[in-house]
Amino acid sequence: MQVSINVNGTDYNAEVEPRHLLVRFLREDLRLTGTHWGCDTSNCGTCVVLLDGEPVKSCTVLAAMASGHSVRTVEGLEGPDGLDPVQQGFMEEHGLQCGFCTPGMMLTARALLDRNHDPSEEQIREAISGQLCRCTGYLNIVRAVRWAAEHQARAQTESPSQSETAGV
Amino acid sequence: MQVPASFDYRRAESVDDALALLERYGDGARVIAGGHSLLPMMKLRLARPEYLVDINDLTELDYLRLDGDRLRIGALTRHRKLLESEVVEHFFPIFTDAERVIADPPVRNRGTIGGSLCQADPSEDLSAVCSALAAEVVIRGRGGERVVPVHEFYRGPYETAVGVGEMLVEVRIPVRHRAGSAYEKVERKAGDWAVAAAGAALALAQDGRIEVAGIGLAAVGADAVHARAAEELLRGREPSEELFAEAGRRAGDDCEPVADNRGTAEYKRHLAAELTSRALRRAAARAAAGVEAGAGV
Amino acid sequence: MTTVEHAEHVDVEESAPTAAPPEERPIGYGRLKRKEDPRFVRGKGNYVDDVLLPGMLHGAVLRSPFAHARIVSIDTSAAEAHPKVKAVITGKTLEGLGLAWMPTLSMDTQAVLATDKVRFQGQEVAFVVAEDHYAARDAVELIDIEYEPLPAVIDARRAMDADAPVIRDDKEGRTDNHIFDWEAGDPEAANAVFERADVVVRQEMLYPRVHPAPLETCGCVASMDPVEGKLTLWETCQAPHAHRTLVAMVAGIPEQKIRIVAPDIGGGFGNKVGIYPGYVCAVVGSIVTGKPVKWMEDRSENLMSTSFARDYHMTGEIAATRDGKILGIRADVLADHGAFNGTAQPTKYPAGFFHIFTGSYDIEAAHCKVTGVYTNKAPGGVAYACSFRVTEAVYLVERMVDCLANELGRDPAELRMQNLLRPEQFPYENKTGWTYDSGDYPTTLRKAMDIAGYEQLREEQRRRRAEGKPMGIGVSFFTEVVGAGARKHFDILGLGMADGCELRVHPTGKAVVRLSVQTQGQGHETTFAQIVAEELGIPPEDIQVVHGDTDQTPFGLGTYGSRSTPVSGAAAAVVARKVRDKARLIAGAMLEVSPDDLDWEKGRWFVRGDPSAGKSIQEIALAAHGTLELPEGVEGHLEATTVYNPPNLTFPYGAYICVVDVDPGTGVVKVRRFIAVDDCGTRINPMIIEGQVHGGLADGVGMALMQLIGFDEDGNCLSGSFMDYLLPTALEVPDWELGYTVTPSPHHPIGAKGIGESATVGSPPAVVNAVMDAIGVRHADMPLTPSRVWHAMHGGVGAPQ
Repeated sequence: MQVSINVNGTDYNAEVEPRHLLVRFLREDLRLTGTHWGCDTSNCGTCVVLLDGEPVKSCTVLAAMASGHSVRTVEGLEGPDGLDPVQQGFMEEHGLQCGFCTPGMMLTARALLDRNHDPSEEQIREAISGQLCRCTGYLNIVRAVRWAAEHQARAQTESPSQSETAGV
Repeated sequence: MQVPASFDYRRAESVDDALALLERYGDGARVIAGGHSLLPMMKLRLARPEYLVDINDLTELDYLRLDGDRLRIGALTRHRKLLESEVVEHFFPIFTDAERVIADPPVRNRGTIGGSLCQADPSEDLSAVCSALAAEVVIRGRGGERVVPVHEFYRGPYETAVGVGEMLVEVRIPVRHRAGSAYEKVERKAGDWAVAAAGAALALAQDGRIEVAGIGLAAVGADAVHARAAEELLRGREPSEELFAEAGRRAGDDCEPVADNRGTAEYKRHLAAELTSRALRRAAARAAAGVEAGAGV
Repeated sequence: MTTVEHAEHVDVEESAPTAAPPEERPIGYGRLKRKEDPRFVRGKGNYVDDVLLPGMLHGAVLRSPFAHARIVSIDTSAAEAHPKVKAVITGKTLEGLGLAWMPTLSMDTQAVLATDKVRFQGQEVAFVVAEDHYAARDAVELIDIEYEPLPAVIDARRAMDADAPVIRDDKEGRTDNHIFDWEAGDPEAANAVFERADVVVRQEMLYPRVHPAPLETCGCVASMDPVEGKLTLWETCQAPHAHRTLVAMVAGIPEQKIRIVAPDIGGGFGNKVGIYPGYVCAVVGSIVTGKPVKWMEDRSENLMSTSFARDYHMTGEIAATRDGKILGIRADVLADHGAFNGTAQPTKYPAGFFHIFTGSYDIEAAHCKVTGVYTNKAPGGVAYACSFRVTEAVYLVERMVDCLANELGRDPAELRMQNLLRPEQFPYENKTGWTYDSGDYPTTLRKAMDIAGYEQLREEQRRRRAEGKPMGIGVSFFTEVVGAGARKHFDILGLGMADGCELRVHPTGKAVVRLSVQTQGQGHETTFAQIVAEELGIPPEDIQVVHGDTDQTPFGLGTYGSRSTPVSGAAAAVVARKVRDKARLIAGAMLEVSPDDLDWEKGRWFVRGDPSAGKSIQEIALAAHGTLELPEGVEGHLEATTVYNPPNLTFPYGAYICVVDVDPGTGVVKVRRFIAVDDCGTRINPMIIEGQVHGGLADGVGMALMQLIGFDEDGNCLSGSFMDYLLPTALEVPDWELGYTVTPSPHHPIGAKGIGESATVGSPPAVVNAVMDAIGVRHADMPLTPSRVWHAMHGGVGAPQ
């Protein structure tokens, strides 16, 4: 079937099987391999991307279901002015080790900060509670999100504009 | 990674369109909304629908409406919307309690009330909540709508009153005066299904006695969504610690939990009692606080 | 929630003599941001599943639904008829190639694809290669296998029963399920102290079967170049060089024709040490089809078939005087190794380093006995962030000390303080043969107690108890043993555990250091650059760390058992010192003075007594590649190689305190605080050390409270997904409160001891001790789920299965 998904500001049209999972579409068809997967039961949250701005587990969304919607992945975090404050925060506060859960964690952090410019530690822990990290014990992830909250320019939270169209 | 077997996919453009598709494909069709119960089952190949009817575009089913003496919730209303709704929290704090501990934030962004109820998992939280609140559900087919009390909706594990060619479109919850409600759940970690859970909804009469009592249970047996004996005990009685403890005992005695990874049957039975008492205590306190604040409810 | 960061409050005299002051970009040790992060935060990491090769095919494994069954027939015709299927491989295919069985890391054999019977649920039976992943999965379902189910051995305690079915009847002459007996210590001396002790406490306990569960599952891409005859294998792998040698031995491919690439690894924790049947199948698939083949486990496959950890049924005994002096400790262990003995231990030590169970205490005698048995469960028994069974040992002794405190009515921290080894006893030879290198245990324990506010916590506990609110304070003090090890004593399948390292300084003064160890998130690209920077004064950003590719790096045994810093870290320091020594000769020639008249300061050699006359390492590097006439016997260029053979293991240690609240009505445990004071010797990058500790603590909380690979009576695995194999989220763990002390290892070139696994080793007993303290029960086995805690409070709870 035909799907049309806007990913990081670009419209992609593709022919896919109905059972094609969004995470596999992103990784295989678009080669956006920054989105990882870690389980089959939507428990680990490694595959989190933003669907219309909100975190979802892309292993439990069909590419077909995402058709007509916009998706933001880790590759879409960096803007023309450089890294997103969330990306900087993760580096500053050692919020990652093996890097596998990091893209999903950062996207959830981005969505949280878009709604709440000054989240408490409890709110951050709640926001990332659907995502597992085996390396950091979470504290430095919480600190990374706090770092981003404290350093982000309020104006700089717009997502990239929609422009080109590409077929895959 | 695990992937589903092949199926055909149709995206419904309206409720009528969805019903037409469901009728056309019959037994082989499943409705998909959030997909967080269905897709993992399909990946494990425990579910193999031939057709998926995607209802995510049916925004006409995504609503929360206070309509006279009832709250009407569209079947496609997402968990997150229920969690964040001030109206829901004001009239039915049991919902807010439960939504806080249902799955996790990204799942709550996608999952819907209709999907939760139709999955009819005995461990599912909203079935217990709706049971405590004596909700009704609206089922629509090509031939029209029927309204079913939630107690008749649930037909056993993974079975509901929704027939072939039908879909759940709305949940209706009666708004009561001098009411309070609460939900108590024990889970092994955040995002886990309940080890056991209990929801309680009380409405007080003018004289402070319990006029309406509803108790819903989760994860304590295939047919134990509704704690009737405990409800009967409560009606017409003065709220008290002793009464709530006794109601808890009845709820515990009435259920048929089975041992699994989450706990022994004995423990779950204990939890049914303990959590029922706790939920009643908080529900009563909330009702009393509402009366005191003159909130008009 | 506590927000105090204690790590920064450290007395000056406790700091390492070599530690640099904190600065933004230290040249050497200090808080340096990680060099690997810029690619990870952009989603540009390169993990095995990101590898895409032209024409690549996809593999999927068919697994056994039974724990124990005879294979009657296998019909692959329907799968082969699938239009997208390129090959179906069975045990029969492999038999023809001599690959149906492979050696395990413990010199046992393991079926690659089952031929005679299946021995655990999830065992590999057939492998499908197809054009895409969906087709491979579909075709697996088309294979028809007839099984004849057999009775299964699930409980290790029944494995040696006379009527127990023999699991390994593939082995000639096998009549039982016994694998090995092993012991350490002096049984007579131990008996003597137990006979004269005032108090003896005995406790049975199970360290349940758990799984490392890295977020990235295991997998590989195998690409056999049919023209060159060269195999390139991208693997999720903690030990690329060991894998290369094993693949050469097993598959008969010449070793120079094998290249193992371990790219970015999404966590390992021991799970990625071994070689799994899927890897062999992918290699065979690539040979058969002439195309690259990718195989990635799904999560269920990972949890049900790859290396589990623990599963130690232990009986501990502790003997003491009435006034609390510990005299001796004994342990009797039944080790469940699953269907194939695939445990990753040095050959001499079938129970790993379990004989560190004497712990941190000054005792007179000790003895342990370990028996390993086969069961119809997944094989493995890896070092899951545990340094070779140290986790089990520390849990045993730290639980036993609490049981003794309970028996004597003593405060557990005070009882430990009374019995800890004293600083003047180091180096200390324990009663099972280890020589602990260095330590100041009482200072470390006191520090943890001070951060915790231990006495105030006990006061609060008394108050809360009076109100009917159970609160518990758990203490553990652990001694780790890591950094294996001396070639003479430590090997895996005959390969000695020494590590190579190569360092080359380019003409412009930039450097490349090549390691044998492989990072899975520990930050090797940063810390190894810092080690070289500390020795040579070259900024870390000018030092490229190369690892994870056997064509690019020297031989070594890999990353597990916290051995990267103790072994390869030492190699990096030694090789840098070799370069520094050579630079001195070249600087002498440049300055026209005798090298003996030169002194070193970080980054340059200068003339003694005239600091202005000197040459920087960069200037020396250029000269080494230039036209300068070099002294007799000095070759051009600036580079060195080394192989580091550790003289001893290193012994990191720490004091942990956990505070929990227990809901008496539900048994729900809430970890309120966790204080960890670690001593890992010299600290290379405190930021990375703290991160390692944080992660290990969360892991320990998970093991104590929720992680379990469980089975039903028929051997069905009950924990085959993250719905049932529970890992803690951000909501189950507290804000960690860290502190540290520094007692450098005297035998290690830079005094570093390794930190990767300390917290995983030390934290489970602290959590369990806290819960037992809260509910007033002597012992209950992990995982302390609400149900198990509630039963422990109401008459007791048995071991989980």
